[in-house]
Amino acid sequence: MEWAVIFEPDNLALFGNGIVITLWLLFSSLAVGAVLALIFALILTGPWAPLRWLVGAYTFVVRGTPLLIQVYLIYYGLGQLEWIQSRWDSVWPWTHFKEPFFCALLAFSLNTAGYTAEMLAGAIRETSAGEVEAAHAFGMNRFQTLLQVVLPSAMRRTLPAYSNEVVMMLHATSLASVVPNMLDVTSAASRIYATYYLPFEAYLAAAAIYLVASFCLIGFFRFSEGRLLAYLSPRRN
Amino acid sequence: MQSYFLVILQGALLTVGVSLGALVVAVILGLAGAAAKLSGRPLLVALGSVYTTIIRGIPDLVLMLLVFYGGTIGLNTLLEKMGSEATIDIEPFAAGVITIGFIYGAYMTETFRGAILSIPKGQMEAAWAFGMGRPQTFLRITLPQMVRYALPGFINNWLVLIKSTALVSLIGLQEMTYLAKQASAATRSPFIFFLFTGALFLIYTWISLVALKKLNARYSLGTKRVQL
Repeated sequence: MEWAVIFEPDNLALFGNGIVITLWLLFSSLAVGAVLALIFALILTGPWAPLRWLVGAYTFVVRGTPLLIQVYLIYYGLGQLEWIQSRWDSVWPWTHFKEPFFCALLAFSLNTAGYTAEMLAGAIRETSAGEVEAAHAFGMNRFQTLLQVVLPSAMRRTLPAYSNEVVMMLHATSLASVVPNMLDVTSAASRIYATYYLPFEAYLAAAAIYLVASFCLIGFFRFSEGRLLAYLSPRRN
Repeated sequence: MQSYFLVILQGALLTVGVSLGALVVAVILGLAGAAAKLSGRPLLVALGSVYTTIIRGIPDLVLMLLVFYGGTIGLNTLLEKMGSEATIDIEPFAAGVITIGFIYGAYMTETFRGAILSIPKGQMEAAWAFGMGRPQTFLRITLPQMVRYALPGFINNWLVLIKSTALVSLIGLQEMTYLAKQASAATRSPFIFFLFTGALFLIYTWISLVALKKLNARYSLGTKRVQL
């Protein structure tokens, strides 16, 4: 084992840069994914059957195919379509399809949106009828009920499942390394492996970074569950 | 063009092979892990906890690269130290089956542990009262009953496992994702090939889901559904 190689300034910088990219990728795809998931969940539990069917089909496809295929499809596949090719040099949103970071971000956001939407929809469906009835009895209309009663409670109850999804997404960001020119933690490890032929040291260092990051995320969610879901925990006395 | 689709279709067989092989490894490790975590012996409990915590904290891809690249060098260094001249190359298929099995063994451990805990304690006590030993109790009483509790979690794990087999293409196993990438490079039409591969994965997960739900219904025969 030659751990000294990992701690050379250049390689430490490579990993440090990788951590920044991985976390940036994680949090931005979670943010975009969460907004999409909220919209999708409302459609899934809403009254418009054709839209519901469409979003249902979307989550089925996203959850039934590997993320790797989705990344390939967006990074390599879309670039083949002439419709996009004719636009990606000049017309605004399409210019981004040439950037690896944007493609990875898009794939991850769409993926996590599919999973999160189903979780949130499940929690909305399981809202106890009494809460909604009480809101109606207070004279709230449907929009107010949704915004002030159903969503705050459903989003809190999604938290335990969502914390799993966040850790899964952290691990999923390692797939960004299949896109050329992305230098996340896994790519940094692969580069060190390729340069020094030290697979154990390089990948163990990456594994340790992911492990620490996972623990931090889990700890954060435990803490917030303790605060936000305190009213659901069994009485202590 | 058409021949590429046929080749990818053949690669699907390898995907099925890797996933089923990994499933066998995962179930065996899962049962062993659950038994260790529930054994009450501090050393085994600690070992089981370390296994499930560490594996579930590291991305599949990183573990796979570690086993494939690290394992090859590690084994060869070991052989060299033992004075052997031979060198071993870990096959991508074996590396895939072992790594995916090892990873999902950790998830199975938690599923099986939860399932065993769900079985009423009286069942095991009755078996001991009948004079059954621990292995016999496990095989005849615990195992058949835990299937019912373990199946929902097992179905989830299996679907995730199927999807993670796509990662084996990155260590060079020529399953359908790998072949789709090759076909894309050769014909310069990646969109259609990745779409096709995605559809094949979708069919595979969908068939599994339908079959396992049938199995679940069968194992839940005679249970009372809670009426809310």
